[in-house]
Amino acid sequence: MQAPPHGASNPAAGQAPQSHPHPQSPEERITPLSAISDEQARRLLEVALSRGGDYADLYFEYSDDASYSYEDERVKTTSRGITLGLGVRVLKGEATGYAYCEELTDEAMSEAARIAAQIADGSKQGRPTPVNISWPPLPAFYPIPVPSLAVPPEDKLELLRRADRAARAADPRVAKVQCSFTESWREIRLYTADGRASRDVQPLIRFGVSVVVEQDGKRQGGSGGGGGRYGMDYFVRRPPEEHAAEAVSVALAMLDAADAPAGEMEVVLAAGDSGILLHEAVGHGLEADFNRKQTSNYSGRIGQSVASPLCTVVDDGTITHSRGSINVDDEGEPGRRNVLIEDGVLRAYMQDSLSSKLTGAEATGNGRRQSFRSAPLPRMTNTYLLAGPHDPEEIIRSVRRGVFARRFSGGQVNIQSGDFVFSLTESYLIEDGKLTAPLKGVNLIGNGPDVLTKVTMVGNDFRLSEGVWTCGKNGQSVPVGIGTPSVKIAAITVGGTKA
Amino acid sequence: MTQSTKTSAVSHEATKDHRHEIRALAERVAEQAIRAGAHAAEVLLGSGSELHAQVRGGKPEMVHEASSKNLGLRVFRDHCSSLTYTSDFSDSGLRTFIDSAVALCRLSEPDPLNELPGRDELIPRHAELPDLGLWDDTTPTLDAAFALAQAQATEAAALAASPLLRPDEGASFSRQSGTSAFACADRTGILFAGATRGTYQSLSVEVLADDKDGKKRSGSYWSGGRFLDRLHTPEAVGREAGRRALSRIGAEKIETCELPIIFDPEAAKALLRLLSQVISGGSIYRKASYLCEREGTQIASPLVSVTDDPLLPGAPGSRLYDGDGLPVRRNVIVEHGVLKTFLLDTYSARKLGRRSNGCAGRSGAGAPYVTTSNFILEPSSLDPRDLYRDLDRGLYVTEMLGFGFNPVTGDFSRGASGFLIENGALTRPVGEITISANFDELLKRIDAIGNDLDRRASTMAPSLRVSRMMIAGR
Repeated sequence: MQAPPHGASNPAAGQAPQSHPHPQSPEERITPLSAISDEQARRLLEVALSRGGDYADLYFEYSDDASYSYEDERVKTTSRGITLGLGVRVLKGEATGYAYCEELTDEAMSEAARIAAQIADGSKQGRPTPVNISWPPLPAFYPIPVPSLAVPPEDKLELLRRADRAARAADPRVAKVQCSFTESWREIRLYTADGRASRDVQPLIRFGVSVVVEQDGKRQGGSGGGGGRYGMDYFVRRPPEEHAAEAVSVALAMLDAADAPAGEMEVVLAAGDSGILLHEAVGHGLEADFNRKQTSNYSGRIGQSVASPLCTVVDDGTITHSRGSINVDDEGEPGRRNVLIEDGVLRAYMQDSLSSKLTGAEATGNGRRQSFRSAPLPRMTNTYLLAGPHDPEEIIRSVRRGVFARRFSGGQVNIQSGDFVFSLTESYLIEDGKLTAPLKGVNLIGNGPDVLTKVTMVGNDFRLSEGVWTCGKNGQSVPVGIGTPSVKIAAITVGGTKA
Repeated sequence: MTQSTKTSAVSHEATKDHRHEIRALAERVAEQAIRAGAHAAEVLLGSGSELHAQVRGGKPEMVHEASSKNLGLRVFRDHCSSLTYTSDFSDSGLRTFIDSAVALCRLSEPDPLNELPGRDELIPRHAELPDLGLWDDTTPTLDAAFALAQAQATEAAALAASPLLRPDEGASFSRQSGTSAFACADRTGILFAGATRGTYQSLSVEVLADDKDGKKRSGSYWSGGRFLDRLHTPEAVGREAGRRALSRIGAEKIETCELPIIFDPEAAKALLRLLSQVISGGSIYRKASYLCEREGTQIASPLVSVTDDPLLPGAPGSRLYDGDGLPVRRNVIVEHGVLKTFLLDTYSARKLGRRSNGCAGRSGAGAPYVTTSNFILEPSSLDPRDLYRDLDRGLYVTEMLGFGFNPVTGDFSRGASGFLIENGALTRPVGEITISANFDELLKRIDAIGNDLDRRASTMAPSLRVSRMMIAGR
């Protein structure tokens, strides 16, 4: 997905189309969740709060998922499954009681509510059960005329064949091709102790191609892919052939990669994928649970300078069709755009309801969970750095000797120390302002706040990365988006093998 | 649990043996799929319960308790197959589910290799399965009060180590218990059906110490196993976490250089997991490993021997049959540095023109895949301190960060932290560095292995030393 510069693709708050506030629009699919009545939910909240809990919520989920894989020029697997359940959460002080059930029978749901309620000791009167349930209107950041799952599967198999053919045709050195398509249609219904209810349908598709190329006994792999909260119209703008071409070009470019240098040096991060820098170096450390517990190295630093004045970092759940966007978070807060760091100054943490209740911070719509089986945590949506003043060519020209990083396989951060890494899959040596040799896969390692103070140039070429990223925390995975313009870091440690 | 009634005491219900009942349901679903038009079918059914209790600063932070179940179905028709899963076990739900699974077959394309294993390979239907001692009757009866008390004692022990320490993520006690059944059938009836059950519990804690520049140093430790009485005491687990956090204060980069590197058992385990990835049959037939043509050759130092042993009594990775319904066996994978065999499931073995060596894994939602059971780097008799006693200078790695590994080329580059070794002793904490080498070189440069095998998880490694690796730092 080649996103236009920030702003153009981003419906400003208030201008977003509104989804039907009613729990069920007439044309929509009927699921087992359709049978849940407000009164039934109210009764379950009553059970959940019966031991004196301060707060409770119900999270109903129905997810229909399919996947298709293609290998050795044939459809290898087709898979389909349904996930259905209810998660009940009860809060008492800083403590959470959580239980879930996989059958939506009165008996199973009440039992889950009773188990979760046990977190409170029954000694005090808890919060009263809401008398009325209201359905506040929600934004609609991913309107889709036809969900991909409603389209015949044969169409998707044809996309896989096209990608496979394109990859094979791209170069005689292509030895192996694997393609995959996964699609999900997820409905959530939430009821909270303050009487709010919300419903969202979250479509998600992901297309991927990976190849191995071979030449003179040498082999290299490459991959490409994309997706987001789209229907099949995604492929009109982004045909499967493009993902195939990307996979082949990365593998070929890296076939003759040289040993990467080791040590601190200037690094230029390309627009797009490099947004993983913001996700690891800043994002996780600004999640409110770590800061409420004073375990992040960004704790207690609101209002302080934590980055170069060139850096404005945003977490934005409102980007149309982006993989990390949410109309509503998994606690009933509408998705929104939050400025985390403004001109280098730390402005806000990303909140879930527990953290915002305990610290009095304003809700930010970042409470997310992997499924009904897990309690929500503060999580990122789409996290990115805003465009700056520099021409990307000029940024590369300014480097005498350094590394140009284009593609990444992933990253990780140690919240407490702030040390983070990200792993390069496509990078080049920069010598005298020009890209020269491709480099073998290396890691970059830095320390969050330290690295951001060393950002000396920010490009005017903002790009959102392809919609392929998944973020893991405490064993829970959620889809996220990342993005950045080109960035120059004056010094960061490059983990090559050559001194 | 499938049809549990709530009249009996919780503890009695929780420890009841459901294997027979779950296997019978798996068989019924497999047979039903055949009647619905499948030529062959395979069912994996799981049912379990879990409790997770977490405390922080001595106070309960989370009690998470639930039971769950899932059913995965793979059906075959005319060399085509489909994979489906559900948690709806009602009669009508299962009927619809099975019909749609059979219908879904038409979408895949014929693949003569994608079939159930041969009858001669599968475990015979009425064969007796071994009892490997994977179940602790106590585990499912442990309640939230017990779990919270264990976690509280562990965190308290950690914080008692020094006034510099404060809570980080807190401490937690978790228990899981589950029963699973496997059944496969063709048009002649059930071919193999088996059931197994197991328990696991763990105790873990993380505390931190404040360091300069707003940095915080965390230390964590955990104990886990299939039997409650084999866990380390809360005091021992806590003390070790406290010691680790304190030892990290003042961690700094070192200059870029090449040094001998000692990997502690936890870090060594991460290396062993990468090895399992590049010798997995799936990576080999996909040409996604630098070891594709290296079976039978020296791939590591002669000190390195690796076995995969699913039959270890009471071990975390033990199992009675593999994900294809094949008998499991102890496989010698690497012997004195020579790669004896790849890890193979039925499909990858057929792709490579071999027979499976019983390494198929299976989760409810997907196709069988190659996996390890208890994957063990054989320890030596050396005390781990002997690995660095004679080194003038080296690096002792306790933690690695990131995903910097390319299985196709073997290029390895990861973030690391640990301690500097000077004149035979660990002198100061080191962080924010990377360690790099080609994995092929790394395995060949292993020049010492310790006796301290870590048996807590299914991948088990002792400390090991690599003669030299590039460290990138200042």
